[in-house]
Amino acid sequence: MITLAQLLTLSGVLFSLAVAGIFLNRKNVILLLMCVELLLLAANFNFIAFSRYLDDINGQVFVFFILTVAAAESAIGLAILVVLFRERRSINVEDLNTLKG
Amino acid sequence: MLIQVLFHLFAAILILAALGVITARNPVYSALALVMCFVTSAAIWLLIEAEFLAVVLVLVYVGAVMVLFLFVVMMLDINLAELRKGFTRFAWLGWLTALAVIAEIVGVVWARGGLGLDASRGPAPEPAGYSNTLALGSVLYTRYAYPLELAAVLLLVAIVAAISLTMRHRAGLKHQDVSRQVAVRREDRVRLVKMDAEKRP
Repeated sequence: MITLAQLLTLSGVLFSLAVAGIFLNRKNVILLLMCVELLLLAANFNFIAFSRYLDDINGQVFVFFILTVAAAESAIGLAILVVLFRERRSINVEDLNTLKG
Repeated sequence: MLIQVLFHLFAAILILAALGVITARNPVYSALALVMCFVTSAAIWLLIEAEFLAVVLVLVYVGAVMVLFLFVVMMLDINLAELRKGFTRFAWLGWLTALAVIAEIVGVVWARGGLGLDASRGPAPEPAGYSNTLALGSVLYTRYAYPLELAAVLLLVAIVAAISLTMRHRAGLKHQDVSRQVAVRREDRVRLVKMDAEKRP
């Protein structure tokens, strides 16, 4: 049987790898978005682990909503990325230094 | 016992794939490693009997979101060398942060009574005939009906926002204007000319 501690450790490792990824790929907006997806996946792991452990279905409902919001977020993020690349010919974070569109 | 073996196998694959996401030189490889992460996560969710969310993760994430990521990565012409410059400059800080977070989480989780509950126990297996989808749906469409509708509206707004952001009107492009086509009247198109008949030569 998979214990709660094992699941929480796995999600903790996943979360910290994603945080390390944000440090490593801090110039590439696409990889930053991917690391955010990994962070959300680790959070979902925790929700599901506690939902099953405490036998409470509401945690899984919350994961469902997180998946919805994350899908919307990545769709809009990638749309902004495409527009940004069209304007600047670059997706380097360091080139994003003005608020004017 | 088999479940333990499978869990450790999938956990190892998941962590290796996550490492691949953050260290791959090519964003395409990162996206593919992220697909691997989602698939193995879905497998682990199946092991802990969250079947509906496992299926949704594969369908929505692998099927839609990651395809979108791959599409964007392949569509953009990115100068990778410029983006890789200074990759190792803050790498030590990243790994140090990751190690600190792992150490803290492991310390809290594996300490006796660290969570205030017995973490060395697993979830009780569901009885035979239990349907995870049924249980989820029965609260989703009753208690969470209003948030569900809000989520649907949110997705609609996201669709509209994504389309309106990426749609562009290039000058000089010939395209149909449906509303003008529909609104046209007979008087705009047909001109009646009264003239004498031509004489036969």
